[in-house]
Amino acid sequence: MSEYIQHDQQGASVGLVKKRTFTFAHPPASMTLACGATIGPVTIAYETCGRLNEDRTNAILILHALSGDAHVAGTYTDGDDKPGWWDFMVGPGKGIDTNRHFVIGTNILGSCMGSTGPASIDPATGKPYGLNFPVVTIADMVDAQKQLMDHLGVHRLHAVIGGSVGGMQALEWSVRYPDRVASAVLLATTTRHSALAIAFNEVARQAIMADPNWNGGDYHDGKKPDLGLAVARMIGHITYLSDESMRLKFGRRLQDKSDFSFNFDADFQVESYLRHQGHKFVDRFDANAFLYITKAADYFDLERHYGDGSSVAAFAGARARFLVLSFTSDWLYPTYQSRAMVKAMKKNGLAVSFCEIEAQWGHDAFLLPSDRLSGIMKGFLDGDSDV
Amino acid sequence: MTATCNAGNGIRYDLQLVASWIPQGARVLGLGCGDGSLLYYLKTRKHAVCTGIDIDESCVAHCIERGLTVLQGDINEEVRDYPDDVFDYVILAQTLQQIYDPAPLIREVLRIGRRGVVSFPNFSHWRVRMMLALTGHAPVTPQLPYQWHDTPNIRVITLSDFRRYARQVGFRILKEVGIDTDRQDRSGKRVRLLPDLFATYGLFLISKEGP
Repeated sequence: MSEYIQHDQQGASVGLVKKRTFTFAHPPASMTLACGATIGPVTIAYETCGRLNEDRTNAILILHALSGDAHVAGTYTDGDDKPGWWDFMVGPGKGIDTNRHFVIGTNILGSCMGSTGPASIDPATGKPYGLNFPVVTIADMVDAQKQLMDHLGVHRLHAVIGGSVGGMQALEWSVRYPDRVASAVLLATTTRHSALAIAFNEVARQAIMADPNWNGGDYHDGKKPDLGLAVARMIGHITYLSDESMRLKFGRRLQDKSDFSFNFDADFQVESYLRHQGHKFVDRFDANAFLYITKAADYFDLERHYGDGSSVAAFAGARARFLVLSFTSDWLYPTYQSRAMVKAMKKNGLAVSFCEIEAQWGHDAFLLPSDRLSGIMKGFLDGDSDV
Repeated sequence: MTATCNAGNGIRYDLQLVASWIPQGARVLGLGCGDGSLLYYLKTRKHAVCTGIDIDESCVAHCIERGLTVLQGDINEEVRDYPDDVFDYVILAQTLQQIYDPAPLIREVLRIGRRGVVSFPNFSHWRVRMMLALTGHAPVTPQLPYQWHDTPNIRVITLSDFRRYARQVGFRILKEVGIDTDRQDRSGKRVRLLPDLFATYGLFLISKEGP
């Protein structure tokens, strides 16, 4: 698209990108959510790179995980040293090749990175929604993305791609709008949370809600529940790593000291790391948004909503080619969950590729540079005659 | 014996012969598909709709990188998920000799596919017989290049054994070809005279027992 200046930073960057917004459901119109509530107007933040071809058949929608945003690749300014969160994967000649594909990143409904969420202003009161924001689902996020696709003139997506909670959205797309999705890439994801995953999310939410500054979700005029949100993030980071990766990364090494301090400072490197991640997170993320998005992930249940409890029935309407990837050390969404969806796809006669990638970095592996991951992605996206 | 066929198209001679049995546009499942060369050949030359299964992560990754639809998993388990007759051909190319319990797998092959293609190194080749008879060592040949203690091939099969096995398990052999290939397996020839002795590999087209 013309506003992009091709800027060759490391030989393969998409260059400068621009965050944009699209707003729909302007009153008196509104968007009806799965819970029955209505909201409007709804704003969705998005970024694009690459060029939409004349036939409009080369669009790829990238769906971010819990705390991500629309900024998948490239930079906002020339001196910007922090490229998008999937910059190693998205760019000219990369796994998701912007020379071939028109790539769209969007921020999910309920988040706080430019799209409408609990930190947005409620037009009815002129104040932030807080807990007056209705509980949104993965299906609601996908419905909002569909509005954006209509706005961009993309009727059929060459691929929807997502990891973790982003993978849930990609799954939802493939069964909710099967005629609009040619292929789907599902990384480190699940058709429904295990009790373990729900348990971690619940402890994280409790950490936020137990912070006195949370104040029933109404904290926008005073102190924010930073401590609670930081602890929630620390819990998240434990689930994103693995026993092996923590052993390699930290072991029992001490942080800037040779012996125990015999107090409750961060003695171990792993403590210091988690505290750092927690503190970093509160600067960029809204505590209520964390509650809403984790709840949406917990509620997600493809079998229940589309298959009356059966995973085989849930995929009966799907038409896409699928690529399912899991990682050996991911204990948040272990490989058996990926295998279960692959089995259901096979029973429906769907074309599905599946690989369990050897990786020691746990759930976060899909966010870390890997030639294998990029190669598989490229082969799958280019191996189809649909483009 | 007929004229030697040169491997001008880059895949192993036994796979070329397997490919010659697959019609245009067929739905094909390759079990133990390895690096996917046969499936890639069938996809590009015969426009076959191909799926592969292999247990090795790097093989599967390589196949997907080539644009093939391939699943990582144990073929004995993975075949059970498919509905009846979803494939025209299910191929077990040089995989049978690595299967612990072949009968259930062959039954599954013929449940999910209309035809099965099975190939394996022939253990009754004269060189194999001579090696055992004259040296007393377990045979090591270009087709079976492993020592007894580090071989993936846990079954030794002869062409004659496979024919008998077909009667025991209850499947039909529609076509049978013995081949003799060179050391690199790139080119070879069909063996018409005494294949049990002179074929390095056997290829069989099989189906369910007819009515």
